[in-house]
Amino acid sequence: MSPKQQPILSIKGLSKTYASGFQALKRINLDIRKDEIFALLGPNGAGKTTLINIICGIVKPSAGSVTVDGHDIVTDFRAARAMIGLVPQELTADMFETVWTTVSFSRGLWGKWENPDHIEKVLKDLSLWDRKDSKLMTLSGGMKRRVLIAKALAHEPTVLFLDEPTAGVDVELRKDMWENVRSLRASGVTIILTTHYIHEAEDMADRIGIINKGELVLVENKAELMHKLGKKQLTLQLHDSLDAIPVGLAAHHLTLANGGSELVYTYDTQGPRTGITNLLTDLAGAGIRFKDLDTTQSSLEDIFVDLVRQR
Amino acid sequence: MNLPATKAIYKFEMARWGRTLLQSIVSPVIATSLYFVVFGAAIGSRITEIEGVSYGAFIVPGLIMLTLLTQSVANASFGIYFPRFTGTIYELLSAPISYFEIVVGYVGAAATKSVILGLIILATAFMFVPVEIAHPFWMVAFLVLTAVTFSLLGFIIGIWADGFEKLQLVPLLVITPLTFLGGTFYSINVLPPFWRGVTLFNPVVYLISGFRWSFFNIADVSPATSLAMIGLFLAICLTVVAWIFKTGYRLKS
Repeated sequence: MSPKQQPILSIKGLSKTYASGFQALKRINLDIRKDEIFALLGPNGAGKTTLINIICGIVKPSAGSVTVDGHDIVTDFRAARAMIGLVPQELTADMFETVWTTVSFSRGLWGKWENPDHIEKVLKDLSLWDRKDSKLMTLSGGMKRRVLIAKALAHEPTVLFLDEPTAGVDVELRKDMWENVRSLRASGVTIILTTHYIHEAEDMADRIGIINKGELVLVENKAELMHKLGKKQLTLQLHDSLDAIPVGLAAHHLTLANGGSELVYTYDTQGPRTGITNLLTDLAGAGIRFKDLDTTQSSLEDIFVDLVRQR
Repeated sequence: MNLPATKAIYKFEMARWGRTLLQSIVSPVIATSLYFVVFGAAIGSRITEIEGVSYGAFIVPGLIMLTLLTQSVANASFGIYFPRFTGTIYELLSAPISYFEIVVGYVGAAATKSVILGLIILATAFMFVPVEIAHPFWMVAFLVLTAVTFSLLGFIIGIWADGFEKLQLVPLLVITPLTFLGGTFYSINVLPPFWRGVTLFNPVVYLISGFRWSFFNIADVSPATSLAMIGLFLAICLTVVAWIFKTGYRLKS
């Protein structure tokens, strides 16, 4: 394993059962590599936030262990937590505090002495400098979200958890935020994010983990995942609409769409043959003509929905 | 020890107090001044002396204690409850900071505020009555120990409370009545023997008695007993706080 691929975060057999008996996590094993952007996807209640909260020390694990750069989060919690920054899902804020005070407070809480230059840089990077003296109660939701990011960055973490960082944030701001995330990664910060906007994970992440009902369903390099699980579809726009698929074409597992005016063929790009040539030959043989064709590849969102449905 | 973190909490809490100066300082001072006017001037004119001390001066330690107890509990309970209420407690729980450091930050700030208030009340008292302090060292010791102990109690209440109503419950229904019945305005020696015996179950009696001794060299119970009672109460509060953090009660699921 190259130094770049050394896990900075290692989770082994992590389980969490709440007092109510609800099992939120079931023996999770996961390694996060240094400097990567790892996207953790899953439906609501899948266990994403519980996993993050255990790593950060907010929730107690029932079993298993977590190390951050070799530091156990329980026995060596100071060293482990000093490396972590957390942007929580909820918009929590000290309403009566100013942006500057609350961000400076976070830095102190993580054991770092005051450094106005660093706080200024963080606020400028997040376009909060003009509002540094504003009370949090006067800020918009998007700005409060950025303040939470600034608080998480105040102590210069090497591992950053972003739990739904773009929830409730407008498109423009979201783009800026992801730009910031990219720069952070470039500066050597490992990023673990959860998001409901799967296309964002598709754009940003190096690796994807999918969690469902407390189980880690898969962890895969994004490109490989798209390659392995991605399906391609060929859509033929027919000259004459069909009521049903002719019996002679049954072997191709076609589906009719758009009121019978389109014929959809799904194929595996990884297979030895796509079957397109045979299909076109059989279509010609059956006297079915088409006026146009189009191919599409399934998105990460389609893959995610498929995987979650299967379980 | 994570000194920057403890300092950050302490500074943050003190700054919050500074922003609410009117509520934090002016209102207790006005309330105490009113006590002096009502009890000192009106009733004091009929009760001239208690055990050789003018009535106006006699109530000074009790009034300082009244403010000290209520403010210590209120400041510390609000200090830790507010982050729980707003959700910002996640920062405290995920920071590289020990429970001891968290307690030092919050309880230290709450106790500092209460001691400052106590001293302001004492300064206010000088405007109304001549007060002498027989044992200045012990006066400060009782002041600080009581402020720390009741700030710890406030911290416990702030963790226990799941609403603002509960936050007010103990100060209003327990602390204030116990203080009024604990000899703030009278010596428990004037009570009939039965009620005197009952009053000895009130822990506040020992605090006021010890504190009053440091001023006037007179006490309802011996100063050593008062000190031991504060020590016992402090130990109980520390044990409960340690249990809270060990179990994560109301903090961690």
